[in-house]
Amino acid sequence: MHRVRKILSPVALISVLLAAWWIVVARGDGAIFPTPWQVVQGTRELIADGTLVGHISASLMRVGAGFLLATLLAVPLGLWMGRVDAVYDTLNPIFQILRPISPIAWIPIAILWLGVGNAAPIFLIFIAAIFPMIVQTAAGVHTIEQRYLQAAENFGVSRAKLFRQVVFPAVLPQIIVGMRISLGVGWLVVVAAEMIALRSGLGYLIIDSRNAGNRYDLVVSGMVIIGLIGLLLDGLMRLLEGLKSVRWRYAR
Amino acid sequence: MRGEAVGITGRILVRDIKKGFAKDGGRLDVVGGISFAVDDGEIVGIVGPSGCGKSTLIRIIAGFDRPDEGQVLVDDLVQKGPSAKGIVISQQGSVFPWLTVRQNLMFGLNQGSEREKAELADHYTALVGLKGFEKSYPHELSGGMLKRVEIARALVVKPEILYMDEPFSALDALMNLRLRIELLRILEKERHTVVLITHDVEEALHLSDRILVLSPRPTRIQATFEVPFPHPRKLTSPEIQTLKSSILSELGI
Ligand SMILES: Nc1ncnc2c1ncn2[C@@H]1O[C@H](COP(=O)(O)OP(=O)(O)OP(=O)(O)O)[C@@H](O)[C@H]1O
Ligand SMILES: [Mg+2]
Repeated sequence: MHRVRKILSPVALISVLLAAWWIVVARGDGAIFPTPWQVVQGTRELIADGTLVGHISASLMRVGAGFLLATLLAVPLGLWMGRVDAVYDTLNPIFQILRPISPIAWIPIAILWLGVGNAAPIFLIFIAAIFPMIVQTAAGVHTIEQRYLQAAENFGVSRAKLFRQVVFPAVLPQIIVGMRISLGVGWLVVVAAEMIALRSGLGYLIIDSRNAGNRYDLVVSGMVIIGLIGLLLDGLMRLLEGLKSVRWRYAR
Repeated sequence: MRGEAVGITGRILVRDIKKGFAKDGGRLDVVGGISFAVDDGEIVGIVGPSGCGKSTLIRIIAGFDRPDEGQVLVDDLVQKGPSAKGIVISQQGSVFPWLTVRQNLMFGLNQGSEREKAELADHYTALVGLKGFEKSYPHELSGGMLKRVEIARALVVKPEILYMDEPFSALDALMNLRLRIELLRILEKERHTVVLITHDVEEALHLSDRILVLSPRPTRIQATFEVPFPHPRKLTSPEIQTLKSSILSELGI
């Protein structure tokens, strides 16, 4: 019953919204805004001429690269900050200042430093993705319950073992939460970044469709695809939460 | 008789321990001067009213906390910090939830190949009656099973001393009794030295060679009782019942 409702009610709501959209557009006389059907037609056009796949993979590649770089740096840094108070006290204020700066604000600097190639959007995603992961990881280390650390201390194991079998697995659920947030923000940012420069990606598709002949059917198509891929990426990260070694966090 | 050893020799020597905590700008005296000795292979039970400072005391003895005054000697060395020589079985439990039962038991093993460690771990898993649960995660186990994992994880490293802080208090009466019997069976073979904190007088009578009764905060040793009965003990026997009433009356009941 619950499962049925979980699928059925959003589908019903979306249908209603689509119908409303269609009716409003059909009854108005503004020719610019597309009907849902025109959006579908436009999407099929994009698929047929092969450009859609190109845009999607360009965007995904940028997000993937920026996100990976951020993860590689954020996780060790977050763990280090979490374990060593002096490191935390030194770095945390800087991160707290940098964090609220929207990655969009970095766009001019990114272009100045890195030009209009792939490096700039990858850098922006990196900037967007790294802070949530650092914060989550460090906070995760701080919330490891004392009793576990003391039990580990009691058995007199090596630092490496303490790290591998206690600290890291204890923080892993939080790291995954951080990764999930970061990937979401990264996806948000890549589209924005592609609107400024570049000649590929879903952001470029949207801006280009508007500039080249007010193709609002393609604009909306691009938006919907961005939303769907975002949902998919989040779903992938949620799969990580189901891993056996992190499920303890969500049990009971 | 073991009682003669008090204050003279022993595997563990507790010498005039005092401990307080800062509280609301003032001071809360918790441990008010405690001395006793534990012989090799002896099981000393410590009972006392709730909140009197039992956990504080055992944490100091195990090396997790410093006393304000006095000192603890283990094998003639001043206790400076926790080590694998004495494993604590804590009141809240500390089985790692992110490791399987087998991985938990293997955690403290630093010698041998992975296979040997796994075999040893599985042996102790079976010893506490959890055969078949080696690959289970703690959240897949009941509270009683979890306690057994904790005990097995301590035993598998063959610690010379076990510090047990109300190990069975979260369990129902039946499981409590069952685990006590299992523990006695294991201790019979391995002869660990045990300090057992409990607020269950019957549990103390069942397991201990000697029982220390603590006073309310700031806690001191109020009375000491030898429990000179061989195992298996029949808790309903008149001698044990008499001892039980004496202990209870010390506790003001
Ligand atoms: N780290 C601490 N900081 C401040 N006060 C503490 C600390 N640890 C214990 N206390 C205080 O010391 C007193 C004794 O606590 P303790 O946990 O040793 O009691 P206990 O005898 O084990 O109680 P219980 O039977 O409920 O387990 C309590 O009043 C507690 O508030
Ligand atoms: Mg206690």
